Amino acid sequence: MKMSKTQIKEIMAEKAIFIVFIILLIGIIIVEPKFLSFNNFRNIFAQSSTKIIIALAAGMVLVVQGVDLSTGRMIGLAAVVFASLVQAPEYAYRMYPGLKQMPIIIPLLIVMLICLAFGAASGLAVAIFKVPPFIATLGMQLILYGISSIYFDRPPYGAQPIGGISPSVTNIATGSIGIGEFKIPYLIIIALIVCILCWIMWNKTKFGKYMFAVGGNPEAAKVSGVNVIKTQVMVYALAGMMYAIAAALEVARIGSASNTTGNGYEMDAVAACVIGGVSLSGGIGSVGGIVVGVLIFTVINYGLAFIGVNMYWQYIVKGAIILLAVIIDMRKYTKRK
Amino acid sequence: METNYILEMRHISKSFPGVKALDDVTLCVRPGTVHSLMGENGAGKSTLMNCLFGIYSKDSGEIILDGEKVNFHSPSEALNNRVSMVHQELNQVPNQTVMENLWLGRFPLKYKLIDEKRIYEKTKEIFDDLEIDIDPKMKVGSLKVSQKQMIEIAKAVSYDSKIIVMDEPTSSLTEREVEHIFQIINKLVNKGSSIIYISHKMEEILRISNDVTVMRDGKWISTNPARELTTDNIIQKMVGRELKDRYPKRNAKVGKVMLEVKNLSSAAPCFKNVSFELHSGEIIGIAGLVGAKRTEILEILFGLRKKGEGEIIVNGKKVENRNPREAMANGFAMLTEERRLDGIFAGQSVRFNTTIANMKKYEKHGLLKESSMRNDSNKMISTMKIKTPSEKNKIENLSGGNQQKVILGRWLLTDPEILLLDEPTRGIDVGAKFEIYQLINELAVQGKGVIVVSSEMPELFGIADRIVVMSSGRQAATLQTKEVGQVEVMEAAARYI
Repeated sequence: MKMSKTQIKEIMAEKAIFIVFIILLIGIIIVEPKFLSFNNFRNIFAQSSTKIIIALAAGMVLVVQGVDLSTGRMIGLAAVVFASLVQAPEYAYRMYPGLKQMPIIIPLLIVMLICLAFGAASGLAVAIFKVPPFIATLGMQLILYGISSIYFDRPPYGAQPIGGISPSVTNIATGSIGIGEFKIPYLIIIALIVCILCWIMWNKTKFGKYMFAVGGNPEAAKVSGVNVIKTQVMVYALAGMMYAIAAALEVARIGSASNTTGNGYEMDAVAACVIGGVSLSGGIGSVGGIVVGVLIFTVINYGLAFIGVNMYWQYIVKGAIILLAVIIDMRKYTKRK
Repeated sequence: METNYILEMRHISKSFPGVKALDDVTLCVRPGTVHSLMGENGAGKSTLMNCLFGIYSKDSGEIILDGEKVNFHSPSEALNNRVSMVHQELNQVPNQTVMENLWLGRFPLKYKLIDEKRIYEKTKEIFDDLEIDIDPKMKVGSLKVSQKQMIEIAKAVSYDSKIIVMDEPTSSLTEREVEHIFQIINKLVNKGSSIIYISHKMEEILRISNDVTVMRDGKWISTNPARELTTDNIIQKMVGRELKDRYPKRNAKVGKVMLEVKNLSSAAPCFKNVSFELHSGEIIGIAGLVGAKRTEILEILFGLRKKGEGEIIVNGKKVENRNPREAMANGFAMLTEERRLDGIFAGQSVRFNTTIANMKKYEKHGLLKESSMRNDSNKMISTMKIKTPSEKNKIENLSGGNQQKVILGRWLLTDPEILLLDEPTRGIDVGAKFEIYQLINELAVQGKGVIVVSSEMPELFGIADRIVVMSSGRQAATLQTKEVGQVEVMEAAARYI
């Protein structure tokens, strides 16, 4: 099939992000060939795990024409609450000294419920009171920070990071399953499960279709019998739940939590979504694309650090990639019109 | 060639994809006269004026202004050549003041800065001359619609134009304000300007015009001095087309009443006291001019707009239809007027667009049955004769007519009892229209009830059993199609204007 010059240009423009990515990757490998190793990539995937879960949640909100600025602070709240409930019994600075050890599932469900409620609140503000999502989640962001700070900064220990996390929790972040040399970290498996569940929800359920309908054309969705309000509230609530899961994994990974845990995560999440093809005007996005977006970011960050590039260069590269991704997104949008 | 015209538009043609909007139209306007331009919705009046004013570029023909050939490429070019237009859709900036709106784009400057004092004075001057009592410093957004319309007219006048086109200038004005406009028009005409006046209001036309041109289906029909015409002649010229075999044969077997609409009114002041009965197997048309509030009736029946007083009774049972979901549960389906606005999901496939209203039926144990969705989409593609390589194709790649068919297919899948169709054949070619009429007929034969809002009279006469005529939010008539002609419908449509 012969392609015209313009067709080739079109395809190149759409895949520009991948081309840039490949170029950067090749550059990094040339500078430091050791980058290209199984262990290395396994570490990259593991590090991406929590970010993938966060980006998928943020992506849902973007798909329904929203934006969630409260991501980072919601993770912070979930992290401090979760951490306070899973500290090792023998730890000297326990927040709840008398608290008996519970199966991990209980603190997890507790924070999932909390974040679901706050997410639903944001969703209600947007869907019923027509508060622009930017403002609604901005307000929620501040409220969440206040609440997590109050929870965190208390007697008798004041503003000390909540540490001494029980090994059964930290093992999730460090442990892996497998045979001999070929081990897959728990983090990757958990992220994989979340990805699959998300994919099923986005593509094979009524709710998923409604999500894309509301995001693509809310008026048409309403006329077609979709409960636009319910769909939006559920999206924000579900996103909250997913942030809570990511927060628990972060606590496992970092080994402690404070009221600043997760600060700024929303920026990376939205950036990864945009790179992964989620449209900022709503109605378009895919699980696969978001995963690739996160991976591109992580590889760049990790790779640049690996070859010893000044940490601040990562900001420049990140910023440039985001701009490039949005420019491509805008082109798609204007072409459609 | 007679050259005693201020404006000659000769043999103007203009096509858009799939539609010949203007077909060899000639309009000649004498200086110092009011020349009215009449025709139904879609006759081509606005298109012709847009060609004059530089908004569209004509495909062929010539425009001669005051003896010179002209071809405006933009409204500002037209304005600078002393042709101005008062649009139907007000183009004003609500947050700015009256005087700023008036001089937008041509502010008098003093040392390169906007000369506020002069703007105020010049505006005051114009207003005083036209006896308009509005404070130039008020924000436009805070004015009543009628005042906004006055300003729009003042703006056009301020350009000291030779030709002023007024497109439905009195649609929101009271009788007294209309008188005021007529005084202004007389003043302008005495000064030597000419007015091209577009309106549906017959009495006004006959009062104010010197000449009347009638257009129909993009063609010029006639130009006569106003004194030689009556309302009846004009209506006949506007409407008199033959009903060719553009409509499938209908053998209406009308059954019992399935829908009773009793004294239906909107919650907001919009329309009131609409009553009719829809029988199984029947097709009811709703006719009326733009602004008659026809779409609004359908919107209330479907739960898209708040109902006021009155009742909706389906098969003997009173229903509320507070939102589309409830309406759908009660057996309703609605094809909206503007598919681009609230019909299609542009970034999605034909399958998505076809099945989205029917999702509940595809759910099994929480997941969607892909095979059912695929089968239903393909079924609709063949039933509606939609031209698309596959159901996976993005809907934005389809032509407008085929997109419309997809939306109609979407509703047929929900197996409704009562179909509300708002301009179902808008933007569709003649062949596809016939297919849609056949489908509507089929639905009626199956015992469903159909209500069609349409601005095309032949269409209503071709497919409807009865026609409800709306006029300015009031029900003017309910007519049996077989017993009346288009003239009766036009009369009723103009009754409460």
